[in-house]
Amino acid sequence: MKPTDIKDPEYFHKVVDCQYACPAHTPVPQYIRLIAEGKYSEAYMINWDSNVFPGVLGRTCDRPCEPACRRGRLANEEPVAICRLKRVAADNKLDVTGFMPKAPFKSNSKKVALIGAGPAALTVARDLAPEGYEIHIYDEQKLGGGFMRSQIPSFRLPETVLNEEVNYILDLGIHQHFNTYVSSLKEILDKDYDAIFVGTGAPKGRDLLLPGREEGAAHIQIGINWLSSVAFEHTKKIGRKVIVLGGGNTAMDCCRTARRLGGEQVKVLVRSPFADMKASPWEKEDAQHEDIPIMDNHVPKTFVVEDGKLKGMTFEKVKAVYDDKGKRKLVPSGEAEVFVEADDVLIAVGQENSFPWIERDLGINFDEWGMPVVDEKTFASSHPKVFFGGDAAWGPKNVITAVAHGHQAAISIDLMCKTKNLLTERPSPYVNLVSQKMGIHEWSYDNEVVNDRRYVVPQTAKKVALLNRKTEVELGFDPFHGFKEAERCLNCDVQTVFTENKCIECDACMDICPTAAISFVTNKEEEKDLRAILKVPAHNLSQDLYVSDVLPTKKVMVKDENVCLHCGLCAERCPTSAWDMQKFFYNITKAGKNAIK
Amino acid sequence: MSYIRPKFRHPELPKNKLGYSVDFYEGALSTLCAGCGHDSISAGVIQACYESNIEPHRVAKLSGIGCSSKTPAYFLSNSHGFNSVHGRMPSVATGASLANRDLIYFGVSGDGDSASIGMGQFVHVVRRNLNMVYIVMNNGCYGLTKGQDSATADNGSKNKSGNVNLFEAIDMASLAIELGATFVAQSFSGDKAQLVPLIKAAIKHPGFAFINVISPCVTFNNNVGSTKSYDYVRQHVEATSTIDFVPEMAEITTSYEAGTSKKIKMHDGSSIQLSKLEKDWDPMDRSSAVNAMLRAKAKGELLTGLLYMNPDTQDLHHTLNTSDVPLNTLTKKELCPGSKTLADINAEYR
Repeated sequence: MKPTDIKDPEYFHKVVDCQYACPAHTPVPQYIRLIAEGKYSEAYMINWDSNVFPGVLGRTCDRPCEPACRRGRLANEEPVAICRLKRVAADNKLDVTGFMPKAPFKSNSKKVALIGAGPAALTVARDLAPEGYEIHIYDEQKLGGGFMRSQIPSFRLPETVLNEEVNYILDLGIHQHFNTYVSSLKEILDKDYDAIFVGTGAPKGRDLLLPGREEGAAHIQIGINWLSSVAFEHTKKIGRKVIVLGGGNTAMDCCRTARRLGGEQVKVLVRSPFADMKASPWEKEDAQHEDIPIMDNHVPKTFVVEDGKLKGMTFEKVKAVYDDKGKRKLVPSGEAEVFVEADDVLIAVGQENSFPWIERDLGINFDEWGMPVVDEKTFASSHPKVFFGGDAAWGPKNVITAVAHGHQAAISIDLMCKTKNLLTERPSPYVNLVSQKMGIHEWSYDNEVVNDRRYVVPQTAKKVALLNRKTEVELGFDPFHGFKEAERCLNCDVQTVFTENKCIECDACMDICPTAAISFVTNKEEEKDLRAILKVPAHNLSQDLYVSDVLPTKKVMVKDENVCLHCGLCAERCPTSAWDMQKFFYNITKAGKNAIK
Repeated sequence: MSYIRPKFRHPELPKNKLGYSVDFYEGALSTLCAGCGHDSISAGVIQACYESNIEPHRVAKLSGIGCSSKTPAYFLSNSHGFNSVHGRMPSVATGASLANRDLIYFGVSGDGDSASIGMGQFVHVVRRNLNMVYIVMNNGCYGLTKGQDSATADNGSKNKSGNVNLFEAIDMASLAIELGATFVAQSFSGDKAQLVPLIKAAIKHPGFAFINVISPCVTFNNNVGSTKSYDYVRQHVEATSTIDFVPEMAEITTSYEAGTSKKIKMHDGSSIQLSKLEKDWDPMDRSSAVNAMLRAKAKGELLTGLLYMNPDTQDLHHTLNTSDVPLNTLTKKELCPGSKTLADINAEYR
């Protein structure tokens, strides 16, 4: 194999598994260290710069970072509770407004319209406003936040937290047009904006047109519409017996909300097997904890309506059969039809995009599924002034993805307004690599690997939590447990950097490495051959090999990044400092480069 | 400073026949200097014991005083150990072996401990052919007292303060062959591919097995002009053979060039497969081994690998006709055989 090019920032970026997995590439270990030091405000600002809604995400993020966490690859270990640590920073910070840009900003006489006030559009606003753009934000609701407000129930995300973080952005001098439904993109285009960002989400809940749907309509509702109506306090009650259809996170939010609005016997019925459900495992757990049975392998058949009143639903029982390619098919199990009683049914079987308000003759191309054609890198549509992001671009994802889209769309808008090339002139990430050496055996990071198991986040007692839909269930780590959990982080951003010409091949690093990550071997042409001859063969192909140039004995150093603990022992046992522990800081450059002071 | 080695190990560490992964053979975290050759040898011992499927409780580690003699703390935590008086490890080993012949005796010593203060003990344990592995971690200096020349420092070698050694070096391997050792090998701490099979073969050898390992002192004897530095040894090392230890019943899969390979059968059915690199050398012939070493010395080279071996050896227990079983397993029946036996013994002297 060729020697690894560590000058390419993407190599070390990939070693920081959590940051690499985060759509917004939040510098996770950096903020976790700040939390351990009690510097909550600084930790918050690292997050705010990257993901804009630390308080919201610290409670509700889909946490793609956690399955990626290196700690989870160790024997009998679980990933660091990265998401809940973010919340520790948000809960314990002091007044951070001093760190944020302050309106008014010097105008650059450019105007940008944002359609929708969800996480994607708010991110665009946050990035562009400090650059001098005049931002106009449109939303049909009375407050900003989009799905974060209408879909995420208050017992998971208190309104105060959401308001605080939405207001940090609106306070940047954003022109607000709330309670304004945009019914025509042409009207907006005619208003002479320099750019338009569409962040309208995926607002249309999928319906289930089964027999009885029309007759029972009064007590059958689309999940996301119902959640929204609860959030804006139009709906305050639900029947005693409730069926929730669907297996995603919306279904989980629906059933748990129903429990708080009078639902005593709330059941989730889902077509797929339990393990295949789309909902995050912890959301399923939380629902079950609130006495909500999840009945899997039930395919809805009919709404049973008697005398104009909904009585319940019938279901066909199925079992999952997987073919050779692992493709799933649900086949009837042959068991008798199941009848489940219900006063109300909530349908949460997916949501779709909907663009009835975009005229099709404006030069914006739509594909055969009615989705706009959007460039994956620049988020530009086929209309030079119109950009898409968030769920509106490629269908429903999550908040953190919407934020990542927002950053990139903002960069594109900024480039476009400066008549630069959207692809070739995108800013590179900010990268820094600094030695952590303080003395012969001393590092400026806490290199000791603790053995603590993942800490559990305390919750409000179920009895209390179910009384009020606004009572937050999760209480978050207190500072002490936040510290303990933060200590579990392996500091994967402190990189093991190898300098060939200092190495005397004494084997000390190879001998000391607890996880047998380092080998000195004769190089091989093919990566798979090299992987096979290492001290422990490197089977995890998603993790790179760090290969040195040829050493005096004609061998090469090969480090399997897979389960490196970043404990620094290789560097401590190295007599010549051929190994050094260097902190790698990688941050996506935002359009508003001065977002953080 | 990190005094603690993290507990986590690679989740896919393979296990040996006993069901132990290599970490079961580890010791405490070394306090030797970073890059010390001794740590590399410790790692070699760990690897050899793991690969040889040795039950750690069947090993006794013995050492004297010095950097090298500290190393038994850094391998085989689950084995017995005795850190003895300076240079007196062979006496303790002899006593222990006579009391319990069933254990594997693993002596670790240094050039000071063996070639200076313990020389008298060393020569006698060799000539008695005690069944043990004796490793000398040879760095040519007194590293623990800041690097004075030791008795194995080569004539003309320059130490860290710039002084040239004026005396002849004691060649431990030649000496061991001269005194009748039945397994003599030489190696380099920076070459585990050679060292590990040597240790494995030494453990299997049923007599005194001596391995002289050149182990650079990275702090006091790794300077330009030293003949025991990493660079110098790498440039002057000359291997007798590539070595492969083949455990019992295993098939030999490596193919050697015809005419260059030699297989030495061990007493228990295992074997050593040597692929010879050195001409005019027969590992079973003492004089050819001595000649090969003299030739190498004249060329300024360090001959490594298995130098000499006599697999059909008889150890001290055999020579002395001692008890077949460890003393602690003898019962009253054997120890007090009764008045009739006593009468028979007495009758022999009448």
